[in-house]
Amino acid sequence: MKKKILVAAAAMCVAITVPVVGSAGDTIKFGVAGAHSGDLASYGLPTVNAAKIVIEKVNANGGINGKMVELLVEDDVCKPEVATNTATKLVSEGVEVVLGHICSGATKAALPIYKNAGVLVMSPSATNPELTQSGEYPNFARTIAPDDAQAMVDVEFALNTLGYTKIAVVHDKGDYGKGFAEFAKKFLEESGKAEVVLFEGVTPGAVDYSAIVQKIKRSGAEAVMFGGYHPEASKIIGMMRKKRLKADFISDDGVKDNTFIKVAGKDSEGAYASGPKDTTKNPLSIQAVQEHKDMFGADPGAFFENAYSATLAMLNAIDKADSTELEAVKKALQTEKVDTPVGSIYFDEKGDAIGVGFSVYQVKDGVFVEL
Amino acid sequence: MDYFIELFCSGLSRGAIYALIALGYTMVYGIIGLINFAHGEIYMIGAFTSFIVATVLSILGFPLLAIVALSGVAAAIWASAYGFTIEKIAYKPLRHAPRLSPLISAIGMSIFLQNYVLLAQTSDFMPFPELIPEFEFMEPYAHVVGSSDLVILVTTTIVMLILTYVIKFTRIGKAMRATAQDRTMAMLVGINVNNIISATFIIGSALAAIGGLLIASHIGQINFYIGFIAGIKAFTAAVLGGIGSIPGAVLGSLILGLTESFATGYVSSDYEDVFAFSLLVLILLFKPSGLLGKAETQKV
Repeated sequence: MKKKILVAAAAMCVAITVPVVGSAGDTIKFGVAGAHSGDLASYGLPTVNAAKIVIEKVNANGGINGKMVELLVEDDVCKPEVATNTATKLVSEGVEVVLGHICSGATKAALPIYKNAGVLVMSPSATNPELTQSGEYPNFARTIAPDDAQAMVDVEFALNTLGYTKIAVVHDKGDYGKGFAEFAKKFLEESGKAEVVLFEGVTPGAVDYSAIVQKIKRSGAEAVMFGGYHPEASKIIGMMRKKRLKADFISDDGVKDNTFIKVAGKDSEGAYASGPKDTTKNPLSIQAVQEHKDMFGADPGAFFENAYSATLAMLNAIDKADSTELEAVKKALQTEKVDTPVGSIYFDEKGDAIGVGFSVYQVKDGVFVEL
Repeated sequence: MDYFIELFCSGLSRGAIYALIALGYTMVYGIIGLINFAHGEIYMIGAFTSFIVATVLSILGFPLLAIVALSGVAAAIWASAYGFTIEKIAYKPLRHAPRLSPLISAIGMSIFLQNYVLLAQTSDFMPFPELIPEFEFMEPYAHVVGSSDLVILVTTTIVMLILTYVIKFTRIGKAMRATAQDRTMAMLVGINVNNIISATFIIGSALAAIGGLLIASHIGQINFYIGFIAGIKAFTAAVLGGIGSIPGAVLGSLILGLTESFATGYVSSDYEDVFAFSLLVLILLFKPSGLLGKAETQKV
């Protein structure tokens, strides 16, 4: 028995340590990493589809500089501890660029491994501000705006368009909601134009929010800025209207969901929420969605357009730089504008895409309208 | 002073919501000494049943009062059927097992029911129709107490009075108390203990269903998970008031609701749970059986 275990262990060690010999440079190895199984798979699989569509098109047109693009797909289940393995595997297989990862936590865990190997990583969905702003990951770029950009858009809208001077900032204590709220508070205080009269977290799932609503009322806030998701948002806005509190409601992407309007009903009328810029009128976006329908027979899922754009941007940069070497590709990303479904974009030196961002939407007659 | 009254009313309505659920917890515990963790799920199933019935009836064009009454009755019957079945399947076979076994069985039942509703219905939040209308005469006070708050408060009071009456003065109540005191002895004097326990579960589940209807209408949305969170708080309230005691459950719920409300109002809503549970710890330190609970004597 003991012997058997030993043999098995030895076999496993061999399996892990045997290097995967890459075929010598006749293809461009394009890695795709993200959640492809598990409960967040719906965030990761559309990215795989996007890469497949673009790469098939590119290869049909003769590839990049005469080289075919080869797709390598790896699952990280959105877990940081799995993501490091995923990254190691892709690097050992010799990837030159990686589209991914999907979740901020997993991306952060995987980035140092790619960094050591000099591999460019572009995420369609990781919005954690630190990934670009910390400067620790020079090999990282993304085609989605970071979380703080959203808070900035909301704050500017509240101050400059709506002209509020007293704002209550409320959040749901979660990573996403609290992160948004803290940025909003910071930007509001830095602006000097408005006072944050209240900054508090509510307990998600509580049966009744009337106490916090009474507190908001007493604070004299003209608007409530809420960081969190739509279930709490609809409860709070419903309770505000029940308690005859007229203050405006401004929130984030987690609220810009049709379920919010469905659940909050008439109370949601007039509420503001920020969300990614509307790209449905962009011809490239229409084309990308159509290609997805032709190839997979269904509407694309989350972050599809960001992933499609990231694939285009990376392949375009490799093409222009005529190299897959990190510095050359980065330079091409920063200088060459590329037309994508999310707009005409290029990248700043930190890796954030310029040209993608958020707009503010308002609920009018039961639908979100871009302002 | 106005602010104090506003917070007081918020606390009362929150407490009344907890009380509607806590009553069922405390009743079952009082009779068979089991913490029925699936009670929160019964409340959730009651809310879903009334949601479905109310939606169908409003499409058929019934008047609001009829919708409320019929969906309430339907929810109560349906939830009672669940309560009855759960007891037969998950608790009765374990009646002579160590106390931990039915507790684990209850937690399992709770998880099972949540996932069952998740699969059978949806994981999304659904808008619950406003079954309690905004009363005309409440309009001047609407900024302090809403109509649904008032209905929940009144219902809780009535339910508590009826339950106390039933347990103190009726035949079945006497039988329940006898079962609670000594099951074997109750059997020996000719009480059908199985029927009494089933009746307890049916009453508790019907209460939870009525609570589900009122609370969902007050909050305006439901999903498969609402029973868990509300259930935990209601359970806390029942323990605070002395689990097993009917007035204790209401008292505990009101104290919990008021504590949370004042903590939010005067300190910060970040700390409402800290205050609520610190209070629980404090009370249990000085009065381990809860405010109105009877100290349990070990039966030899």
